[in-house]
Amino acid sequence: MWRGVFVHADGATMTQQQKKTVFEPWDEPNEQPIIQFKNVTKRFGSFTAIEDLTLDIYRKEFFALLGPSGCGKTTLMRMLAGFETPTEGSILLDNKDIAAVPPNKRAVNMMFQSYALFPHLTVFENIAFGLRRSNMPKADIPGRVEEMLRLTQLMPFAKRKPHQISGGQRQRVALARSLAKAPKLLLLDEPLGALDKKLRNDTQFELMDIQEKTGTTFVIVTHDQEEAMTVASRVAVMDQGRIVQVSTPDRIYESPNSVYVADFIGDINLIKGKAYHVAGEQSEIHWAEGQAPILATSATPCPDGADVTFAIRPEKVAISAERPEDMANAVSGKILDIAYLGNISTYHVELPSGDIVKAQATNTRRVARRRFTWEDEVWLSWTDTAGLILTT
Amino acid sequence: MDLRRKFLIFVPYAWLLVLFLIPFGIVLKISLSDTALAIPPYTPKLDWSDGWSGIISYFSQLDFENYVFLTEDSLYYVAYLSSLKIATISTIATLIVGYPIAYAMAKSPSHLRPTLMMLVILPFWTSFLIRVYAWMGILSQEGLLNQFLLWIGLIATPLTILNTNWAVYIGIVYTYLPFMILPIYAALEKMDGSLMEAAEDLGCSAISAFWLVTVPLSKPGVIAGSFLVFIPALGEFVIPSLLGGSKTIMIGKVLWEEFFSNRDWPVASAVAVILLVLLIIPIMLFQRNERKQREMEQ
Amino acid sequence: MNQGRFSWFNATSLTLGFAFLYLPMLILIIYSFNESRLVTVWAGFSTKWYGELLQNEAFLDAAWVTLKVGLWSSTLATILGTMAAYAMVRMGRFTGRGLFSGMIYAPLVMPEVITGLALLLFFIAIGLDRGVVTIALAHTTFSMCYVSVVVTSRLVTFDKSLEEAALDLGCTPFDAFRSVTLPIIMPAVVSGWLLAFTLSLDDLVIASFTSGPSSTTLPIKIFSAVRLGVSPEINALSTIMIGIVTVGVISASLLSRRRSLRHKEDEQKALRQ
Repeated sequence: MWRGVFVHADGATMTQQQKKTVFEPWDEPNEQPIIQFKNVTKRFGSFTAIEDLTLDIYRKEFFALLGPSGCGKTTLMRMLAGFETPTEGSILLDNKDIAAVPPNKRAVNMMFQSYALFPHLTVFENIAFGLRRSNMPKADIPGRVEEMLRLTQLMPFAKRKPHQISGGQRQRVALARSLAKAPKLLLLDEPLGALDKKLRNDTQFELMDIQEKTGTTFVIVTHDQEEAMTVASRVAVMDQGRIVQVSTPDRIYESPNSVYVADFIGDINLIKGKAYHVAGEQSEIHWAEGQAPILATSATPCPDGADVTFAIRPEKVAISAERPEDMANAVSGKILDIAYLGNISTYHVELPSGDIVKAQATNTRRVARRRFTWEDEVWLSWTDTAGLILTT
Repeated sequence: MDLRRKFLIFVPYAWLLVLFLIPFGIVLKISLSDTALAIPPYTPKLDWSDGWSGIISYFSQLDFENYVFLTEDSLYYVAYLSSLKIATISTIATLIVGYPIAYAMAKSPSHLRPTLMMLVILPFWTSFLIRVYAWMGILSQEGLLNQFLLWIGLIATPLTILNTNWAVYIGIVYTYLPFMILPIYAALEKMDGSLMEAAEDLGCSAISAFWLVTVPLSKPGVIAGSFLVFIPALGEFVIPSLLGGSKTIMIGKVLWEEFFSNRDWPVASAVAVILLVLLIIPIMLFQRNERKQREMEQ
Repeated sequence: MNQGRFSWFNATSLTLGFAFLYLPMLILIIYSFNESRLVTVWAGFSTKWYGELLQNEAFLDAAWVTLKVGLWSSTLATILGTMAAYAMVRMGRFTGRGLFSGMIYAPLVMPEVITGLALLLFFIAIGLDRGVVTIALAHTTFSMCYVSVVVTSRLVTFDKSLEEAALDLGCTPFDAFRSVTLPIIMPAVVSGWLLAFTLSLDDLVIASFTSGPSSTTLPIKIFSAVRLGVSPEINALSTIMIGIVTVGVISASLLSRRRSLRHKEDEQKALRQ
């Protein structure tokens, strides 16, 4: 299987799985989920960490729980590992309620954020630790450990202690250790949080590779949206103990279901206004005195006069010196700031209403010869299908 | 290096040379001298007025007679052996008493830990002598421990504890307990809690996780604590002389009596030198443990 | 290890452990208020032993000697120990550094009987009369090593760039030490002084070797009294000493905790702004 990587317009790396048969078990009515959360609530004293949460995760998925710190994603994962029990509701693993199963008896393994490598044991012994406590025959253990060492390219470091290897190698030992017992489900708690950016990018692909080779279901907890988008088959965006949206990375990005998700993932312009139905799927958004309304489409038209937020990604806003003829929406403004990111530039344009709209353009020319500079009067334009009308 | 910096090093350096190193040189020298009925009670005395020949004759009179004497009189090696035995037993007892306390402290809610720490350290600030003395009233024949045991009916006749080795063990455990608790607590407290979770996640029960992860990781603390108890216990004087009996022979007590009662300075010095030699091994092991731990942390 | 609650096992270990640490002293304090001279029989509440203690000239003299020795030796030891720590941490390599560090650590593990004997033989050899001065010298020597350890542990965690910044801003090395380093390591210096002071008040063995007939310290006095058995005056004296230490240690730790709490609060306030 080949994974193509292309640089998205906003700079985030994204992958596309180019498969003949699309991997979408969540759309198959006959598919049995491996994990089911059924109306799970978790309270710590008076604090509610998880509120009435229902979620299905399928076999061989790479599932990401994404959200800011304190949103409950770690609690959700710790309930899967068995370190917390739900206050209400049930969690099913392969159709069996696992509430009563202690962590050491679960076919679920966890890769800890701190890696939790045993400092008194070598890399080899760390990986063998779980196997020694399973019913695997003693003679088979070295072979399995070596298999894991090969998988994670750690062969030369087998005899070293955790403090004698680099951060990236430690991360791989932690991965190898948690995979050694071939769990039904592997939990990864911010697995790349301790690595620097360059290493993190490389490791993301390794992680995906290993997930594919082993066919294990992965659940990853992260606060890094780029990471979630890169590795996951589906992403659940969480906020204050609830799941706001569960979908594939591209759908999360292209059609967020709420202002919260739109704002959390990537860069976006948000403009508040009132919607009025025009015709068919088209609506007008009245957003500022003396400004032409924004023309946008929405599959589910909202009642006239409803408060909405118009959301549009900066890369979908075109920037030009003259007013473009064929665009549905065009506004003029003054360039306030330019963020040069190498391949692209983001222009912060102030409109007469005082709103600031961001627009992105690829840098096809050298900086010295770019078309726009500070204080220039420019036109921003976009089509009627480029943005979204969000009601929540 | 300017003058001020030199001064900064020189003053404490000179102080320790004069008041620490030279005195030990003198102990070593006197241990090679002979006892004499004089003031000071040993010969030879170095006489600088005789010049070079005086120095030569001085050194020629030094010998290992006192050390030979120590091997001949069984009192001394019995004292060394019994000191080793008492120090070893008390160290093990302190470990058994101290480990659960340190463990419970490390497992306690984090807002309580500073208070618990202070409660462990507080006895260390109060007088050592008073803490040993406190046990005299408890352990005596008609003391509170015997009264209590008689009252609950566990024993019919009072036990003799004071003036036996048992009292010495209790005294050492009691006075040196903070030295055992603190390093173990420090090792346990900085242990990453996710290690225990990782062990459980990989199939350990709580008890096997304790033996396979917690115990090995607290080993440096256990070693440090054990040496911190063993080293001073070996040369202990106050505890055996207040709580121990005439049958409790410890080398610190022997040295004291040799010096103050028998006024045999050369033998007392030889006893001190041997005690020091005995201590070198545990001290070096202790320092190796500390160094290893520091390297691990880097 | 961040468990919120005590398991029964941990609660039991802590209860038994602290009972073991504190009961003996508690009993001693209770029996210092015993009417009877027989220390094992309770005969009613009385403070008469405290009264007798205050009339005992020998004890008061010894207490005075102890205090003098303690103040002198701890102050000297703090100065010397801080210098030694600074030399070890900041001076880099110098000739005899190994011997120096050895001499700083050796007194910590040296049996007191040996240190006492060595110092006594030394004082006799140089012909110094034994008294308050010799005890103070002896105490300074071993407690400066404790001070040095306490100050060293603070100095190694101390950000060296602060000193470099002071030098960069025009301080002489001495100025930098006085205006930057010293204020920052001050808490360690103070606790070093307190440690040296208690070590001096506490010491029996070394003081016994280095004291003269005219200078008896309190521990020597107590030791010779309790060798004969338990006595209510000593109980009363012990209670006073325990009381002073307890009040001192608890108030010091409360002060430092309050300071760090206020520090934290200020930080949070600053973050909120």
